[in-house]
Amino acid sequence: MLALEKVGKTYPNGVHALERFSAEIKPGEIVAIIGGSGCGKSTLLRAIAGLDRASTGTVTLDNAVITAPHAKIGIIFQEPRLLPWLSVADNIGFGLSDLPADVRREKVAQALARVGLADKAKAWPRELSGGQAQRVAIARALVPQPEVLLLDEPFSALDAFTRRDLQDHLLDLWNDTRPTLILVTHDVDEAVVLADRVLVMRPRPGRLFEAIRINLTRPRDRSSPLFENFKRHVLTSLDRSLDRNVPDADPKTVAGEAMWW
Amino acid sequence: MTMSAELPVTLERADTTAAPPPSARLLRYARPALGLLLPVGLALFWELWVALGYSNGRLVPPPTKIFATVMELAKSGELSRHIAATVTRVAAGFGLGVAAGTILGAVSGYWGVVRQLLDPTVQALRAIPSIAWVPLFILWLGIFETSKVALIAVGVFFPVYLGVMGAILSVDRKIVEVGRIFRLSGPAMIRRILLPAVLPAYVVALRVGLGLGWMFVVAAEFMGASEGLGYLLIDGQQLGKPAQIVAAIVIFAILGKTTDWLIELATAPLLRWQDAFGRQGGAA
Ligand SMILES: Nc1ncnc2c1ncn2[C@@H]1O[C@H](COP(=O)(O)OP(=O)(O)O)[C@@H](O)[C@H]1O
Ligand SMILES: [Mg+2]
Repeated sequence: MLALEKVGKTYPNGVHALERFSAEIKPGEIVAIIGGSGCGKSTLLRAIAGLDRASTGTVTLDNAVITAPHAKIGIIFQEPRLLPWLSVADNIGFGLSDLPADVRREKVAQALARVGLADKAKAWPRELSGGQAQRVAIARALVPQPEVLLLDEPFSALDAFTRRDLQDHLLDLWNDTRPTLILVTHDVDEAVVLADRVLVMRPRPGRLFEAIRINLTRPRDRSSPLFENFKRHVLTSLDRSLDRNVPDADPKTVAGEAMWW
Repeated sequence: MTMSAELPVTLERADTTAAPPPSARLLRYARPALGLLLPVGLALFWELWVALGYSNGRLVPPPTKIFATVMELAKSGELSRHIAATVTRVAAGFGLGVAAGTILGAVSGYWGVVRQLLDPTVQALRAIPSIAWVPLFILWLGIFETSKVALIAVGVFFPVYLGVMGAILSVDRKIVEVGRIFRLSGPAMIRRILLPAVLPAYVVALRVGLGLGWMFVVAAEFMGASEGLGYLLIDGQQLGKPAQIVAAIVIFAILGKTTDWLIELATAPLLRWQDAFGRQGGAA
């Protein structure tokens, strides 16, 4: 269980990026975090990843407080961030250097096949398309079998077709070991197609506005009326989150506190 | 050079690029040939010009005369003695300069405190034209080899220091974060992320440093040497032997180009992953 407990972040330059963000995320759950640019989504994800420390509050994974990168937590960024001097196979095996070489090779080969890039094992990262590179990044994050995988707008730099392809592919991979996924996105369609729960954030300072449960079975039909309904719900919530006259709605954000707005 | 021994870039991989078609192969040889056109053409022209008697070629000797001078020096064994002296000085100065530049550059690139402590001084020293050190070096180290090697080392030091420090400072934070996510220890971060990331800039720094080394060896040998290619230059001037001067210049050019090419050759396998414009030969 991943627990976010009133996580807040003020950067050294005084920017109040995140305030009292609380959520509990069950193992295997897929959570999408959606919100406008600059509302603290990346800040939150980096705190969970242990890349930056929260100024207030705590992130705990199975009762261990996260203050630095953790073996059980992986992250995929908007850019693939492959190491250009390593082949595709060596990039995927980057996090496995503790394992014996033959075990590592085996795992890398499996992962390569799993993301459909077996023929690219020896290619350099520069020889890949954007979508292929992001697949490699996904494989690199997944081979150490994290319990939690964080994704920060992982598909937003890709064209619409590749994006859909990778969304489906991600679900497929998730099904292998069912890690917890926390996906930051600004694409409503993406949030509704992937997530069990969509957390809508509002800016200045970034905080949770509303949590929307997506009660749809998988695989989801993007053209069904129900799907459209959930999309509309999320869109409305996003609109309301930007309206200053609407007070913060989610009781979790302010649980046990005075009405502070 | 000292760092390249333990880099993790030793991938065994088949070359994926297929053999170039015949026309491409032809082009591969035609390109360098294009570069030879101008110097060879000029040399031929001058040879003919002198042979036809339009000039006596005394101040600017024709290529055959220069070649004859080189052969003469070579036969007497003097040429190899001079070359050996110069190459030894460059090698020693280059080695020292690279070692110092690499260590100090790496340290001040990696630790902010050291950079704040060290860099202003180094930058101030860099502003001094290096030749200005000559009198001091002679006073301190004597007129013989030590002062010469020291001068060359100073010339090599600055570009290497700046190159290494700049390269470390400009390593992409995003790539470093990948190392952090996989919880690399300090040494592992250096070996697996920082070293390969700075390698391309390091090679450039080495090549610039070597170029300066060749420049400074001439200055060093001007300050009273009894052997070396720089001595041949001075000797040629004092005794009015332009052919000897030009011969020494040509040998300098050949040595400089060859050693530069050796660095390129030695590091090319480590930089195969690079995706730079120049690697494809630039625009057409
Ligand atoms: N390293 C940083 N230093 C200072 N301010 C930052 C830093 N990173 C982000 N911010 C600020 O924090 C706010 C939230 O940023 P971010 O979490 O990146 O938003 P999002 O990912 O939702 O677009 C923004 O106002 C941004 O300018
Ligand atoms: Mg962001």
